[in-house]
Amino acid sequence: MSTRLARGGRYLDRSRPLAFTFNGRRMHGLAGDTLASALLANGQMLVGRSFKYHRPRGIVAAGVEEPNALVNLGAGGRFEPNQRATTTELFDGLTARSQNHWPGLGFDIGALGGLAARVLPAGFYYKTFIHPRPFWKHVFEPVLRQSAGLGAAPRERDADRYEHFHVFTDTLIIGGGVAGLHAAKQAGAAGRRVLLLEQSAHWGGRGPVDGGRIDGMPIDDWVNVTLHTLNDMPNVTLRARITGAGVYDHGYVLGYERVADHAPDAGGPRHRLWRIRAARVITATGAIERPLSFAGNDVPGVMLASALRDYVVNYGVSAGERTVIVTNNDDAYRTAIALQRAGLSVPCIVDARPDSSGVLPAQARALGIRVKTGTAIAGVKGRRRVAGVALCRHAGTGTVTERIACDVVAMSGGWSPVVHLWSHCGGKLIWDAAAAHFRPDPAQPPTNQAGDGFVRAVGAANGDLHLSGILPGGTAPAEAPPVPVWMMPLGADIGKRARMWLDYQNDVKVTDVQLAAQEGYESVEHAKRYTTLGMATDQGKLGNINGLAVLSDALKAPVPQVGTTTFRPPYTPISMGAIAGEARGHVFQPIRRTPIHDWHTAQGAVFEPVGLWRRPYCFPRPGECRADAVMREVTGARTRLGLFDASTLGKILVKGPDAGRFMDMLYTNMMSTLQPGRCRYGLMCNENGFLMDDGVVARLDDTTFLAHTTTGGAGHVHAHMESWLQCEWWDWQVYTADVTEQWAQIAVVGPKARAVLEKLGWNLGARALPLMAWAEGRIGAFDVRVFRISFSGELSFEVAVPASQGRALWDALLEAGAEFNATPYGTEAMHVMRAEKGFIMIGDETDGTVTPQDLGLGWAISRKKADYLGKRAQARRHMTDPDRWRLVGLQTLDGTVLPDGAYALAKGENSAGQRNTQGRVTSSYHSPTLGCGIAMGLVKHGPDRMGEVLAFSTTDGGTVLARIVSPVFYDPKGTAQNA
Amino acid sequence: MLILRCPYCGVHADETELTPGGEAHLTRPGPGASDDDFEGYLFRRRNPRGVHFERWCHTCGCGKWFHAARCTVTHQVFGTYSAQTTEPPGAIIAAIRARRPDWTPT
Repeated sequence: MSTRLARGGRYLDRSRPLAFTFNGRRMHGLAGDTLASALLANGQMLVGRSFKYHRPRGIVAAGVEEPNALVNLGAGGRFEPNQRATTTELFDGLTARSQNHWPGLGFDIGALGGLAARVLPAGFYYKTFIHPRPFWKHVFEPVLRQSAGLGAAPRERDADRYEHFHVFTDTLIIGGGVAGLHAAKQAGAAGRRVLLLEQSAHWGGRGPVDGGRIDGMPIDDWVNVTLHTLNDMPNVTLRARITGAGVYDHGYVLGYERVADHAPDAGGPRHRLWRIRAARVITATGAIERPLSFAGNDVPGVMLASALRDYVVNYGVSAGERTVIVTNNDDAYRTAIALQRAGLSVPCIVDARPDSSGVLPAQARALGIRVKTGTAIAGVKGRRRVAGVALCRHAGTGTVTERIACDVVAMSGGWSPVVHLWSHCGGKLIWDAAAAHFRPDPAQPPTNQAGDGFVRAVGAANGDLHLSGILPGGTAPAEAPPVPVWMMPLGADIGKRARMWLDYQNDVKVTDVQLAAQEGYESVEHAKRYTTLGMATDQGKLGNINGLAVLSDALKAPVPQVGTTTFRPPYTPISMGAIAGEARGHVFQPIRRTPIHDWHTAQGAVFEPVGLWRRPYCFPRPGECRADAVMREVTGARTRLGLFDASTLGKILVKGPDAGRFMDMLYTNMMSTLQPGRCRYGLMCNENGFLMDDGVVARLDDTTFLAHTTTGGAGHVHAHMESWLQCEWWDWQVYTADVTEQWAQIAVVGPKARAVLEKLGWNLGARALPLMAWAEGRIGAFDVRVFRISFSGELSFEVAVPASQGRALWDALLEAGAEFNATPYGTEAMHVMRAEKGFIMIGDETDGTVTPQDLGLGWAISRKKADYLGKRAQARRHMTDPDRWRLVGLQTLDGTVLPDGAYALAKGENSAGQRNTQGRVTSSYHSPTLGCGIAMGLVKHGPDRMGEVLAFSTTDGGTVLARIVSPVFYDPKGTAQNA
Repeated sequence: MLILRCPYCGVHADETELTPGGEAHLTRPGPGASDDDFEGYLFRRRNPRGVHFERWCHTCGCGKWFHAARCTVTHQVFGTYSAQTTEPPGAIIAAIRARRPDWTPT
């Protein structure tokens, strides 16, 4: 039984008890505890069930490498699954629940699957559930989903807020252990701007637990002195609770700060993502102890040797009363010594090496601890808790030589430097055969923009596991080299190998990796994906090296030749909230509002997003549905007076001596011949010949054009212009400016349009302004520019005023228009009217594969010009193919509205067994003017097939018949707009 | 996350401030171009493993297009230069040769 010791615990404040619950059970811990240490202090070793076999699992580690102790943390808006108990700092009122079991942690029905562990090897799912095909979707997957997965998904909106923080520094040091502190002192003394990050709440790393002396001081004292020195350096910044999550190109590093996880009600953001640019990065990320592969190494109570002494020294917690230690190195003897000194029983140290005669083994023996060399663990007794171990000769097949009763097994398979951050951005590794680990190859560091290495690994992260190698004043007992042990005993049979866990979280065993090799998964990357080794939330921090050593043994290839899988950021999981930062809710993206927006809002307009703009879709009156509002708005504009906020329309000024020449290249039409005072509808194609935007161009004077673009197109049309001006025709004297937001523009539409403007005091000679002309002047108190252009087919004036006067003009038009029943209309009425008139809409009739010729707009393509963007492409064979689908109008025989996007069916099927098609609907509306459904579409040979009836598919599998007609449904002679 | 120095405004711009524009120094063939030449101009792009010349736009800065010489493997940047040129300037070629003696322009 694990329990709190009467003494010890460097991190604890025994005067501050904290209450928390685990699976609804009330427990008590102390300030300074992690959730894991507090659980152990309450006798709770069993913390979860494994992913695949639902085996009972206990706490294994004391840090970020913990694979088993994942919990559902918190509740409601603060619920978060898969939180590591070993890095969760305890606070008063914490609630945690264990994961991945049903109905309970103690009794789990899924564990019956564990009995079948031997028939569920690697690749089982791939092989078994592939046939019959439909069964996956309808039978296998729903059942497997029910039993798979770790934590539960949150259901509520996240109650906390998050933020990003941008930092620049000369030297970024990641890891606040002895090596990181020493590096910070050096860089700080050299005058560099230094940022030192530590992932935990505590400085000093493993040093104070592992012992030794620096400059003659105990480690704790040296850490305190050094922290004092660093805090006095104005150029050095120390921050705890920040993980160096990833190292990226050109010195970009992400830091993940848990600001409030340990104090959820303290206010401020919960997490902060540090976006750091550093000239140099020093990784002082330490090393992680490896488990040993022996039968039953996943039974709760089998733990890492280093974690065991962490719990004793840092948290005053013993994991059990009798601990057997199994090792291949000297370091694990520290655990034996620490336990013995804490008054706990260590009945035996099992050392796989034939000989152990170093300083630490001698100290252990001197304390009276029994050491058995050349010995291995043959098996672990116990199911939900270790009850004992059976020993055997390491060099043999596992014949039991002795049984020892114990409730904890402390294992140590040696140490793996944390090389993740070094590797993220391309740093290479070398295999250190003597130490049996990969460490950074200083000759192949990650390189920056200058091609120079910018990352340096120090301390244990660099493979320097001994204090004397980390800093000059460090002294610690010398250690004999470890002997690599990838499996114990060496001759273990398959029965034992099938119970040796490599990856606890994903339930990968030695036999799984061996099976992968046998089945031809020779690449470590393939074997990983076949077995799922290292693919869990711990990303194989414990098991990967052991797994690839097993793979290399099975492939009979040396470890460095098999290599490691790719290390990818983040080093430990980071929250989605931290990634999103402030970008949520109303600040997720900027919203553009016209000067008339507030009026729309006050009228209860239904808004639709168009790019970043919010445009009124329609203005429903009380009791009116949207469709009815749209019909009313169309009729109002067609019969009397409509008002439309067209301010979002893109407006780009093109000015300069070469402006005409430039406009001729941008548009398919001839724009250079346009006279000042006149407007021309223009088409803009990309270099591929496809239509990208359209709009009315007004010539303001000899050297100035005002190009109107679509609402959504202004930004990229302006960028398109600049790209050609800067990169292709840079010697042309042309300037462009996007003036969209400088102007408010209101379309005054309908038979009474002229009357309302005259009533307001129009002095431009309303009758003199012909269609496709514009004039500048005054209407009443307003300085205006009036364009006589029509996108509705009605008599129409678009009145532009400086944005600051937009709302006043709108109000004046409403007031003056009241006697004409002025009807403000939204984008949907605008769409219906343009469709009735047969006007195309970019994004409806076009989708990036449609040419002007497809849309019957050949009249807007100049034959006189030698060149324009898209001209050569439009001569390519496919573009001139007479079989291209071309624009027509479509009218259903029964008067209904065609489904938008529906396909026109043709005879026969294609090679994929799909029905052949001969056209599709591009726009479809109910027309209140005609009293029936109208549509536009692209149809093969369409304009040559007037009057023909086509069948269109509907979403319910049926068809609807429609006749090919002219796309101009309303006023083909233009009587209304010319009035 | 690259950093490229904008040659116009001098800012060492983060990748998030920039818009990539693909291969630099394409020659736009006139309207009389052959099908093959025009197809090449529209679609065929070099994708070298190593030194590459690219277009970038300092979109969230001064708005200017510029060119960068960059190694596609290591992201080493040999230099950035004006977009208003039809070929990489001599200084850029020299900077590449200084770090990659075996490199030859193609």
